[in-house]
Amino acid sequence: MSWKPRTFLACLIVGLPALAAADALAPADVKFDDMSVSQSLTSQPGDPENGRKVFANRSLGNCLACHAVKDQSDQLFHGEVGPPLDGAADRWSEGELRAIVADAKEVFSEQTVMPGFYSLNVGINVREDLVGKTILTAQEVEDVVAYLATLKE
Amino acid sequence: IAFAGGPVDDELVIDGEIQMITRAAPPEGHPLDEVLSGWLYRTEETRLLETDTFENPGMLEVQDGADLWNTVDGSAGKSCASCHGDAEESMAGVGASFPKWDEASNRPINVELQINKCRTEEMGAEAYKFDAPEQKALTAYVKHQSLGTPVAIDLAEGHMQSWWEKGNELYYTRTGQLNLSCASCHEQNNGNYIRADHLSQGNVNGFPTYRLKQASLVSLHNRFRGCIRDTRAEFPAAFSDELMALEVYVTWRGTGLSVETPAVRQ
Ligand code: HEC
Ligand code: HEC
Ligand code: HEC
Repeated sequence: MSWKPRTFLACLIVGLPALAAADALAPADVKFDDMSVSQSLTSQPGDPENGRKVFANRSLGNCLACHAVKDQSDQLFHGEVGPPLDGAADRWSEGELRAIVADAKEVFSEQTVMPGFYSLNVGINVREDLVGKTILTAQEVEDVVAYLATLKE
Repeated sequence: IAFAGGPVDDELVIDGEIQMITRAAPPEGHPLDEVLSGWLYRTEETRLLETDTFENPGMLEVQDGADLWNTVDGSAGKSCASCHGDAEESMAGVGASFPKWDEASNRPINVELQINKCRTEEMGAEAYKFDAPEQKALTAYVKHQSLGTPVAIDLAEGHMQSWWEKGNELYYTRTGQLNLSCASCHEQNNGNYIRADHLSQGNVNGFPTYRLKQASLVSLHNRFRGCIRDTRAEFPAAFSDELMALEVYVTWRGTGLSVETPAVRQ
């Protein structure tokens, strides 16, 4: 890791979130290798508890819009556009789960309905305030991946 | 977790006498095997509300439309009735064939734009603004005169075919940060739940529809804009070329379904 003076200063001023952001891989730098992203997008380990929340939150992952998962049966509505995710960690490695969440197109096909949560390969006419932004932050992706890794049967 | 299980196998008969077509054979070139009304995807309580015109909460606004039909407005001192007489006769079946080609503006127009045309050109009145309560009420009143009539638009008129093609292209174009097209939800996933919503084929035969959520009539272009907004995209203006092309194309996709205006949706 190389400490640029300006980044260092910014971290001193605004603290930890800035550190995480400065350390995040840019969406274009995420390396997909054989349907897998082996390198973490951040230098901080994922937090499965927060990942569970991001998964349900309608303005963050909203994964429940399309996927059912027994672990969250406390939530009233689960979708069925994608497969149920019980046992996802038995079917996919951590690197594959990271690849699916970051950009599902790299794993399934260009045709997949699942959005890319850390990708700038998006549709036309993106809402102005969201141009150049990913749906989730790099750390949120890591948190969701850590949560998915707990889904074993 | 309850799963949807797709459209129901149920018949829609209004007031015990109007047999509605909620399943139709698709027109040639249609991507789906069967054309289905959104009514078949709603819950039993919501479906029931539409079977009785006294229970249908959208009928209050249709009644407002009936009053507007007979109200004189504008410098020519005329009402709709002055020229068109009894709407039950003059407007029977008319709503089922919109959008239509409009030679004067060289583009397709829907019922809302036809009303504005009559108001500005025939009555000396101002055009209604998009989604003005009067616009929704009068549009619903005109369409309601086609209750039960199968949707059938004429693509041979003017340049309707090229607008159909533009609409077809837009239907499959992915928009927004979520990168979804109309087809992602209404073609590939109708019959599935997307969180709390049971996805239908997204047909337009019930518009303006009464939405229980909004407790009022919702216009078609409002619905289009809402669906596009949900992909986290900027959405086109009402009656823009984009939305008129989509209206032509999506109306064609619902060919053969009875006009249900005002349909009741959640
Ligand atoms: C708009 C729909 C949609 C959303 C939102 C969505 N997915 Fe998916 N997902 C799919 C579909 C569809 C598939 C199946 C792949 C395909 O058919 O293209 C899938 C597949 C998956 C798989 C592989 C499933 C398996 O067991 O084989 C995982 C894991 C997954 N999604 C995780 C997520 C997570 C985590 C989120 C939220 C951050 C999410 N999805 C949001 C539609 C969605
Ligand atoms: C002074 C006469 C006049 C008045 C008043 C008038 N219209 Fe019209 N309307 C016409 C004429 C003429 C046409 C057919 C030619 C055209 O499309 O411009 C027409 C066509 C229509 C059509 C399409 C009919 C079809 O078969 O395609 C509808 C719907 C309609 N009018 C509704 C209304 C409504 C609603 C009002 C009141 C807001 C209204 N009109 C007021 C003269 C009038
Ligand atoms: C993210 C998913 C999604 C996308 C993308 C989407 N819609 Fe929808 N649409 C819905 C939902 C949910 C409803 C309400 C339930 C239903 O009727 O399907 C709906 C309803 C509709 C309805 C009303 C159907 C009825 O019977 O009342 C129409 C018409 C419609 N959509 C058209 C479109 C068009 C055209 C597009 C593309 C411009 C589009 N939708 C894109 C989710 C979507």
